[in-house]
Amino acid sequence: MPRNPIDLPDRIDYLSILNEKGELDTSLEPAIDSDTLLKLHRTMLLARRFDERLLSLQRQGRIGTFPPISGQEAAHLGAVAGLRASDWVVPAFREMAADIWRGRPLESIIVYNNGFNEGSRIPADRNDMPISVPVGSQILHAVGIAWAMRYRGKDDVAVTFFGDGATSQGDFHEGLNFAGVFQLPVVFVCQNNQWAISIPRTKQTRSKTLAQKASAYGIPGIQVDGNDILAVYAAAREAVDRARAGGGATLVECVTYRLAVHTTADDPKRYRSDAEVEAWRRKDPIPRFQGYLTAKGLLSEEAVKAEEAAVAEEIQAAVERAEEEMKKLGDPLLMFEHAYAEMPDYLKEQRADFIRLMAEARKEGKHA
Amino acid sequence: MPKMTMVQALNLALRQEMEKDDSVIVLGEDVGVDGGVFRVTDGLIDVFGERRVVDTPLAESAIAGMSIGMAVYGLKPVCEMQFDGFSYYTMHQVEAHASRLRWRSQGRYHVPMVLRAPFGGGVRALEHHSESREVFWAHIPGLKMVIPSGPRNARALLVSAIRDPDPVIFYEPKAVYRAFREEVPEEEETFPIGKSQRVREGRDLTLIAYGAMMRPTLEAAEALKQKHGVEADVIDLLTISPLDDSLLVESARRTGRVAVVHEAPRSFGPGAEVVARLVEKAFFHLEAPVARVTGYDVVIPLFNRENHYLPGVPRIIDAARKLLAA
Repeated sequence: MPRNPIDLPDRIDYLSILNEKGELDTSLEPAIDSDTLLKLHRTMLLARRFDERLLSLQRQGRIGTFPPISGQEAAHLGAVAGLRASDWVVPAFREMAADIWRGRPLESIIVYNNGFNEGSRIPADRNDMPISVPVGSQILHAVGIAWAMRYRGKDDVAVTFFGDGATSQGDFHEGLNFAGVFQLPVVFVCQNNQWAISIPRTKQTRSKTLAQKASAYGIPGIQVDGNDILAVYAAAREAVDRARAGGGATLVECVTYRLAVHTTADDPKRYRSDAEVEAWRRKDPIPRFQGYLTAKGLLSEEAVKAEEAAVAEEIQAAVERAEEEMKKLGDPLLMFEHAYAEMPDYLKEQRADFIRLMAEARKEGKHA
Repeated sequence: MPKMTMVQALNLALRQEMEKDDSVIVLGEDVGVDGGVFRVTDGLIDVFGERRVVDTPLAESAIAGMSIGMAVYGLKPVCEMQFDGFSYYTMHQVEAHASRLRWRSQGRYHVPMVLRAPFGGGVRALEHHSESREVFWAHIPGLKMVIPSGPRNARALLVSAIRDPDPVIFYEPKAVYRAFREEVPEEEETFPIGKSQRVREGRDLTLIAYGAMMRPTLEAAEALKQKHGVEADVIDLLTISPLDDSLLVESARRTGRVAVVHEAPRSFGPGAEVVARLVEKAFFHLEAPVARVTGYDVVIPLFNRENHYLPGVPRIIDAARKLLAA
């Protein structure tokens, strides 16, 4: 009886195109037109500065708890920049730069983070899903959307985001397995930011990479430098093109880092060192991409300054629009909306009782 | 006696039970190095080490399923769900196995695990961090469902839950976690699971509540006395299932007027079971229909509107006055 190694078709590559020293592998450089490159740069900058503004709004008590994205902009934007509007994005909860790229208005992010459900409304001209908080749960929705796309004969693709922690959930494994079995047009984008709150990536799995988990489900997996927007773009684009052409699903692991807190309720000093954070700061995706664009003659110091000013203005305008919008959201009766297509009678009774209590409370100067 | 918050009191219960019994194991997401996102397990890893305070990978179903295996083998796992909104991943393991293994093995095995989870609104949190789904568990035969309302009973009930031979779902009202301090004895104290408690004596009406709703309920009782000269009998359920109806029935028979208060949605909520028990056992003593002061039958809104959703003192007083007018 033989005991022979099995010839498995899969291998796992690590892709880096623009490394942390700013060195470019021109043989791998993706063809991205100048307008798109500049738009990517602007969105990166906008997302970073907006994240910082949200943090200051949170510290001032003007919004609630939220999950900052700083450090992960390249891993967000590279994954969605190659998509068409008709493709679907199925996010977790820390992909704000991707949301912005796909057209989410900044003010909706403020409204949502200030505890108004209206902030997660998806405009009619966008297909993307609202954020999903229970870790890993959204992965299966992307698989279902991809199945439905193929059923309807569309050549669209579903892209879903999740973190390193999510790869421990059953839903992740079930999603990859179904996508493999049904050969579906879905791209699984793992934001491996090294920490699931206090649990480091090394305690999440004994696997050397997260990308290799694809092999178990018979789909390709690739690990990329997640702070290298060119690498993320190239890997995601290859996966999207393959999915669109009927070649099935791919797992793309973006190796990146959460520079800030898990959420504003978290204290990372309890579980990781400042030295580690500092080391990752030196791998920041934004200066790296700026260096690349400057070398290409697309960006200058003055142009960056002008972009910074434009971005600051855009953010300020969004904060003002959000504050205007929130003034119109004071009516608590809005909490009865959207529970059902048609409000059941017992809920109408509860709503009527709430209106009566509100009126009585107003007389006494309290809320119901 | 030292004064403690509920977080500190729960920590004391875990620490003392772990000292006393090496079969008690704490496991969950971020319970070790981080001390739990609400710090209930703070410092336990320093005392008992990684062997007994286990930071797990991120998988709620695995945490519950593994706890079942540990418990069947004779350990007493206390597993933590970071928020009750993520505990539904465990429903399959808990419903299909934790609650049934005693029955399925015809008494050979049992599952002495505790599943702890912060629940309820009132802390301006994100989606899935504010709901009250205790009936999901209370509806399952073979499970116990416990909800403390203050530091002292939280500590005493958690000790009882750890020692209980059956699986206990232990919901901690996070709005109470740091809301106030209470004297908690250093020496051992247990409260029986499956017993409600009278926390205020009265003869005019009965108010039944639990968890974070005890505070507005007691405040309403005080206001009813001050402003309207009405004496409310107030009962803290403490255990949702198995529901102890002896005190409820005794009180209802005496006052004839009863309101039940909870932040869970109204329909099919814990109040529905309370009403059913009173109809079965105190019907001929009731002077008015039993009132339910509850959350509305909608998804609990994000935090800017959650205080409109949660029952407060005015809604409890409104219900009480209607009962008294009937």
